[in-house]
Formats: sequence, C-alpha cells, structure tokens
Amino acid sequence: MKQKNLFIGAAVALVVMFAGASMMFTSSKSATSTAIPEANQAALVRAHAPTVGPVDAPVTIVEFLDPACETCATFYPMVKDMMAANPGRIRIVYRWAPFHMGSQDVVAMLEAARKQDKLWPALEALLASQAQWSPGHTPQVAAAWKQLEGLGLNREQMIADMASPEITQRISQDLADAASLNVTMTPEFFVNGKPLPSFGYEQLKQLVDEALKATSK
Amino acid sequence: MSADRQSGRNHQADDARAWTLVFFAWLIASASTLGALFFGEVMRLPPCSLCWYQRIFMFPMALILPFGLFPFDRSVVRAALPLASLGALVAAFHVLLVAGIIPERLEPCKQGVPCSETVIEWFGFVTIPLLSFVAFAAIAALLTFAYYRSSK
Repeated sequence: MKQKNLFIGAAVALVVMFAGASMMFTSSKSATSTAIPEANQAALVRAHAPTVGPVDAPVTIVEFLDPACETCATFYPMVKDMMAANPGRIRIVYRWAPFHMGSQDVVAMLEAARKQDKLWPALEALLASQAQWSPGHTPQVAAAWKQLEGLGLNREQMIADMASPEITQRISQDLADAASLNVTMTPEFFVNGKPLPSFGYEQLKQLVDEALKATSK
Repeated sequence: MSADRQSGRNHQADDARAWTLVFFAWLIASASTLGALFFGEVMRLPPCSLCWYQRIFMFPMALILPFGLFPFDRSVVRAALPLASLGALVAAFHVLLVAGIIPERLEPCKQGVPCSETVIEWFGFVTIPLLSFVAFAAIAALLTFAYYRSSK
C-alpha cells in the first residue's frame, strides 16, 4: 500500500513537473519571440524579394517558403484567398528557405523563370505538381524541369541565369536572413514583423485579421 | 521452523530494499524520458541519430520497470539491465564524440543534426549526452544491486 502510494505520487509529480515546465517554457518563448524580429526588420524584407500586392498595403505578410515543402504548397492557395478577400490591403513578400536537400536548385530555377516574368506561373506549377518532382521529399531537378514545360520559358537562358552570381547571392541572402530570424521550419510567416505565436492556419488568420483591424481605423 | 520464519523475514526485508532500488531506477528512467521529450517536443531541439538510439533504450524502461514493482519481481532486472547497459554504451560513445576524444570521421550521422554539436551546456560541463550517460549508469547500478539484494 505504502509502495503503491509512493509510486503513484512520484508518477503524478513527474507529470505535473513536466506540464509546468512546458507551460513556463512556452510562455517565456512567446514573450521573446515578438521581441526578436523588431530588431531585425531589415532582414525580414529585402529589395530583391518577390512580392505580390501594393507596396503601401497596410498589412505585409512575409513568408519563408521552400518549393519542396508540402505544407508550403498547402498554404499557398490559402494565403492567396486571404489576399483576394481583402483586395489591396495585404502585401505578401516571399523569401526562399530551401531547407530540403536539392531544393536550392529548384529555387534557382524559379528565380531564373522570374527573369522571364514567369515566376508566379512557374511557382504555381511546381507547387501543384510537387509530388511528381519531389517524391519522398527528395527534389529532382530533371523532373522539376518537366513541370515547367508549356510555360514558354527559354530554357537555355534559364540555365545560364541559374548559375549567375546574382541569383546565387539572392538565395544565400535569404538563407542567411532565415538563420538570423530563427526560421528553421517552412512555411514561416511574419505579419507586420510579428511571427506566429504557434504554427497553424488559424493563428495566421487571426494575426492577419488583427493587423487588418488595427490598420483600418 | 523458527529458522525458516527468521529467513522469511530477512527475505521480506531484502525484497523491500530491492524494491526501493528498482523504484529509484524507474524514477530516473521516467525523469529522463520526460526530459528527452521536453528537449525534443517543447524546446524543439532536433535529436541527432545517437540521441534516437539512447531514447530507444531509455523509454521502454520507464514502462517496463513498474511491472517489476507491483508485485515485486526481480526478473524485471533481466529485461531492463540490457537496455540500461546498451544505453550507457551509446551515451558513453556520444560523450566522447562531443568531447572530441573520438575523431570526427567516426561520427555515424552525416545528415541532419551532427551529433558532435553541443546544444546545451550547463555549468560549463553538463551536456545532454552526459546527463544521459549518468542516468543509464545509475539505472544499471541500481538494477544490479537490486538483483543481488533480493531473494530468488
């Protein structure tokens, strides 16, 4: 009897300690997470970053995106819908975070398509066909090329551009900014400089709605 | 007759002491399990491959050892001691890797998080692999004592 009570008491104490420490840790983290990007606004939006929406839109969403990331592909239309529902009031800035091995070449491909004014159709084609060119989270450049056929891209020009220092420099700048902003997973969103308190569509929607409300007055 | 009763009482006292030893082994295993989950799931530190092997040896002990406590059954040591010993070996390897005593080229994990990376250092010397090694070694010692202390 005494042994049983001791065991149960210890088990309960361990679980309570775990829950308490988790709660303390998460609340202390969310307190610091709003503070970090304030000091790092410059790293959040760079002049070279591809952008949709008016420059003077009251709400700016910065999304760190990896074309090989499944969740990024899921979020892409959701964010688009959000912008369509609030015309002219939301601007989105995409930053590249090619965390999947080999995904960097696909980003270079997208940047090369951008030089031919075809970034958005290329990105949408790749996100929609992700399972074909990135099976098992392993991006395959040859298969990715196939998805871009029919967009009328000049492939020779693209290959030359993909190796250009300008594009390499952009990607490494994005990766460096991701590191300095503590972005370790994709997609990562910042709404008017604020990171999501925790990951999820609802959290993103809430943050955007708050920002819209705060700027509509 | 009276000698039998005498030895019976001794067995009981021995088993009670052995029970406490296994109980503490379970306490360490459970605290380590929750600690590992805290690092991984709450602090979101990605576990390297050696950490995964240590988890494989630590987590089952938190679940298996209570079966030897109610009612007390010393044969649980035979199930748990191999886990504790193997875990201690992996943890020792990990500690030496972090300390740089085992050269980098022997490092088994090439992708993801390198095992030689130090993510936490308390008081200048306490790292996660060291905590893990101390826990495995303590559990192994407690279980060994419990086995020889208890009656067959």
